[in-house]
Amino acid sequence: MSKRIDVNNLNVYYSKFLAVEDVSLAVEPNSVTALIGPSGCGKSTFLRTLNRMHEVIPGARVEGEVLMDGENLYAKNIDPVAVRKHVGMVFQRPNPFPTMSIAENVLAGVKLNNGRISKSDAEELVEGSLRGANLWNEVKDRLDKPGSSLSGGQQQRLCIARAIAIKPDVMLMDEPCSALDPISTLAIEDLMQELKNEYTIVIVTHNMQQAARVADRTAFFNIAGTGQPGKLIEMNDTATMFSTPSEKATEDYISGRFG
Amino acid sequence: MTTTEEHKPFEAAAVPLTAHKESVANKVFGGVSLVSASLILATLAAVATFLLVEAWPALTDTSGELAAKVDWIRPDMGQDLIQIVGYLVFGTVLISTIALLIATPLSIGIALFISHYAPRKLAAGLGYVIDLLAAIPSVVYGLWGAIVVLPVLQPFYNWLGENLGWIPLFAPDPLTGTVSNTGRVALSAGIVLAIMIIPIITAVTREVFLQTPTLHEEAALAMGATRWEMVRMAVFPFGRSGMIGATMLGLGRALGETMAVYMILSPGLSYSFAILQGGLHNTIAANIALKFPEANSEGVSALIAMGLALFVITLLVNMLARWIVSRRSEFSGAN
Repeated sequence: MSKRIDVNNLNVYYSKFLAVEDVSLAVEPNSVTALIGPSGCGKSTFLRTLNRMHEVIPGARVEGEVLMDGENLYAKNIDPVAVRKHVGMVFQRPNPFPTMSIAENVLAGVKLNNGRISKSDAEELVEGSLRGANLWNEVKDRLDKPGSSLSGGQQQRLCIARAIAIKPDVMLMDEPCSALDPISTLAIEDLMQELKNEYTIVIVTHNMQQAARVADRTAFFNIAGTGQPGKLIEMNDTATMFSTPSEKATEDYISGRFG
Repeated sequence: MTTTEEHKPFEAAAVPLTAHKESVANKVFGGVSLVSASLILATLAAVATFLLVEAWPALTDTSGELAAKVDWIRPDMGQDLIQIVGYLVFGTVLISTIALLIATPLSIGIALFISHYAPRKLAAGLGYVIDLLAAIPSVVYGLWGAIVVLPVLQPFYNWLGENLGWIPLFAPDPLTGTVSNTGRVALSAGIVLAIMIIPIITAVTREVFLQTPTLHEEAALAMGATRWEMVRMAVFPFGRSGMIGATMLGLGRALGETMAVYMILSPGLSYSFAILQGGLHNTIAANIALKFPEANSEGVSALIAMGLALFVITLLVNMLARWIVSRRSEFSGAN
């Protein structure tokens, strides 16, 4: 089930260093939201706060709140492990587990936390997830082959299948196409349009055309200089952002004047 | 200056295609590394030749001369040279296996704690302490084992003998009905050896664990894996062959260890699995140390034959370890 996310006054720290300052934004359910901005502006860091992956790095912490359908993910009684079951993530480089087969990769998340699944349910889930990731037809005859035997684009779709197998509410994508060729990129972009019917999608991208193609809304992050915290400059409907942005910095960035 | 002249440096810098003379430094360095590499091979060949040549008289003796001149070779008691070597190989492998069974899980636990659980400062300190453990001479381990560890273990052995004596491993002496009351048994030797090989196994597995790709660790965590599940999903599969290789290196060290076993174990010859009874086992290395001071030339030849057996075992173990570790390269290409 797709859920909305509201971020209120979020500050993100690496130890004492303030990496992202005072971000407040809303992500609508059943939509694709793109985060764009130059390198080092904190968009990936911000993305990782939405499933509490940020705090995996020692010394990293967050101030402020992230509400998922009104529930604060940073409340005291919230278990980060549980959060990540509700907020799936796809990474910059495809990372299927090399020692697992294609089918095992899809089921990896389901079998966590003592999860049991019958053989027929497992087969159904593997097929459903791989179909959901538009990969089923390409791999249905070799489900027991290693996930690393696939091409880069197929591996990335396998990672998406692995993420949707645990039935999350929100899907985070951290530059999911940056290591892929144009055709694989197109396959993933098409997939995003289907996935947003069931999930809330937040994608970080370096590619402004990609943001323009896939996103319903776009947020622009920027950084004043090295050592300065990244900030949310503005967020709006993608069409508006790319035609009549209200900030000068946004216009400079999307017209290719820097970044 | 004209334009043509400005272009000149470019032409001058062009490297001729013809072969030029090799520099002296290149030749010297090549020669030094070749000699060093050859020295290793030569040493190995020299040791192997020495063992074979010196052991030859004892190995080929059929006249009974060996038994006549070496008092501990007793064909009449089923203890000719080959039989003794058999007992000692058994003792060596048994005690090393005990050491390995204790040391491997502990080492992997310590390595995992250092690489994935401990705060960074504590991990650095712990790693340093582990390396220090490796630097303690084995004779000190032997003294410590004999004086400190044995008395501590004895009550535990008594308990094992009384309550689990029906398991052949912990069987009490059929004559006295109790386990050894000195603690100088195979299990003690195995425990002290385990402590001695923990540093090397820990150090190697720690390095392997630290090399786990962050990508795989994050993949597991992002699916809602707990830390332990992440370790099982990403760290262990990646480090599997490294762990096996590290264990084999530890085994290699345990097989050859002399002083600690010599000082702890009450020696004997048998194929018994009763690791709580004294006077039943000995290792090749400890036996050589025990018999060498009083050996005549025939005795030395017999002892060297045992050394040859140990050489073959350690060689096999190390080759196995190399082979397992080298299979790693195929795995790492997976991603």
